[in-house]
Amino acid sequence: MILLDLIRDFVLLFGSLAILFLQSIYWTIHGLRTGRLGWKNLMDQMSRIGVDSFPMVAITGFSTGAVLVVQIGYQFAQLGAQRYVGGVVSMAMARELAPILTGIVVAGRIGSSIAAELGTMKITEQIDALETMATNPVDELVVPRFWGCTIMLVVLTIFTNVIGMIGGSIVAVNQIGLTMTTFVDSILQNLKIQDLMGGLFKAMVFGALIGVIGCYKGFTTEGGAEGVGKSTTGAVVLAIMFILAVNYFLTVGINNFNTAYLS
Amino acid sequence: MIIISNLCKRFGPKEVLRGINLKIYDGESLVILGPSGCGKSVLLKHIIGLLKPDEGQVLIDGEDITKFDQKRLDALRMRMGMLFQSAALFDSLTVEENIAFGLRKHTNLSDLAIHHIVSEKLEMVGLPGANHLMPSELSGGMRKRVGLARAIAMEPEIILYDEPTTGLDPIMTCAIDELHLSLKERLGVTSIVVTHDLNSAYRIGDRLALHYGGRIVAIGTKDEIINSPDPLVQQFIRGEAKGPMTLL
Ligand SMILES: Nc1ncnc2c1ncn2[C@@H]1O[C@H](COP(=O)(O)OP(=O)(O)OP(=O)(O)O)[C@@H](O)[C@H]1O
Ligand SMILES: [Mg+2]
Repeated sequence: MILLDLIRDFVLLFGSLAILFLQSIYWTIHGLRTGRLGWKNLMDQMSRIGVDSFPMVAITGFSTGAVLVVQIGYQFAQLGAQRYVGGVVSMAMARELAPILTGIVVAGRIGSSIAAELGTMKITEQIDALETMATNPVDELVVPRFWGCTIMLVVLTIFTNVIGMIGGSIVAVNQIGLTMTTFVDSILQNLKIQDLMGGLFKAMVFGALIGVIGCYKGFTTEGGAEGVGKSTTGAVVLAIMFILAVNYFLTVGINNFNTAYLS
Repeated sequence: MIIISNLCKRFGPKEVLRGINLKIYDGESLVILGPSGCGKSVLLKHIIGLLKPDEGQVLIDGEDITKFDQKRLDALRMRMGMLFQSAALFDSLTVEENIAFGLRKHTNLSDLAIHHIVSEKLEMVGLPGANHLMPSELSGGMRKRVGLARAIAMEPEIILYDEPTTGLDPIMTCAIDELHLSLKERLGVTSIVVTHDLNSAYRIGDRLALHYGGRIVAIGTKDEIINSPDPLVQQFIRGEAKGPMTLL
């Protein structure tokens, strides 16, 4: 019985998220066609998401790149494979670690703040007020946040990659004793454009998930301040779970795509 | 004309509306009185389509709005304004942006024209020059008045007021009542006002309705209400704790 309930809840949740996603797409197309897309709102969201997340993303990227080089560098040096360090580290970052870690950081930082903001609007009747002014809440609130998250997660993941490689190169030169040229050449020779693109595609999907889940949790907030707190933590937990689960399928899908079309 | 017939609404096990019947004529101000928690705000939300009833109809100009799709509901809402009990100002926007919201969204007026309208409305509610304040910088009564300015910004034909003067001092209350009367005279606004302030109700109401136990138990002009033999009405307007009306 409990299992059935769980399955039912999950199906309902999945359905609600899918509906909210489709509504955002609908209102985006509607906005583009009528020329009434809220560009200013979108820009505001993008800069807010970027500014708020950048410090954490920078620290995460830098430390991950540095740690990877330490872990891999000594092993490879013992085997005399120094010239592969940059390649392996950059591939691991680009394909897997940069999108996942950036996704988790942004889920914590932005997913929660979207849920809190919309949740507060819900319980203080601001969303009702929007509706009485013939304004669709999805159009007004979800569309800019959805695209803001989707676009900025790609941008932030690029930053994570770059900063990660900077962190890695500093460690490689100072700790492992590689020259900068060896490290950089190794990246350039081994890292393929499809590694980067695959990782950025993942980031795009994670961004969309964070945006939709944050908004959904906000819209379904009930009760006072306590309800807002629940939605906020709920949004983070749900977004991270979805990111980790979806990542597996994305990885398989991207690998299949690459072997089928690019090799 | 707005006709509400047999409107029923429950939240879980709680029956809030149990068959509301009301008629509001064009250009009329109807005041709804009733004890706290009886469902007055819930009733207003049905009239603007924010809540869907379990049973019953809300006819506006002969059409049942509870059956409207989003598009028709939006078209209707362009003709309506609502002041929320909590004011419901958008707290990420300034006072000016709040009042200008509908104008920006639904008209092609220039920024300057919108600014003029906003300043005019702010003056009408006694808050000239408050344009650039944030809602968090306002007192409760000021928020109410900004909410009122936002509700009337598009010059709607039908306005729903949820406790427009709660939290205002007696002088400001009187000024808001006069604003209400002048809107009605100048623009022929139809309005439904929920209030707990009897003086204000007598000043602005063409008719007064008493909402109790999920139904409208009495309705009439000021004189009819004051002289009503109904013990529920008498208890309510005299504000007596003892009587047939029990608190929920
Ligand atoms: N969304 C909701 N979910 C559950 N119950 C609700 C909801 N909205 C209102 N209620 C319940 O409906 C009843 C009527 O609420 P309403 O806000 O309409 O009262 P009111 O007459 O406006 O009171 P007041 O004069 O204090 O503003 C209350 O008991 C409230 O608990
Ligand atoms: Mg109320």
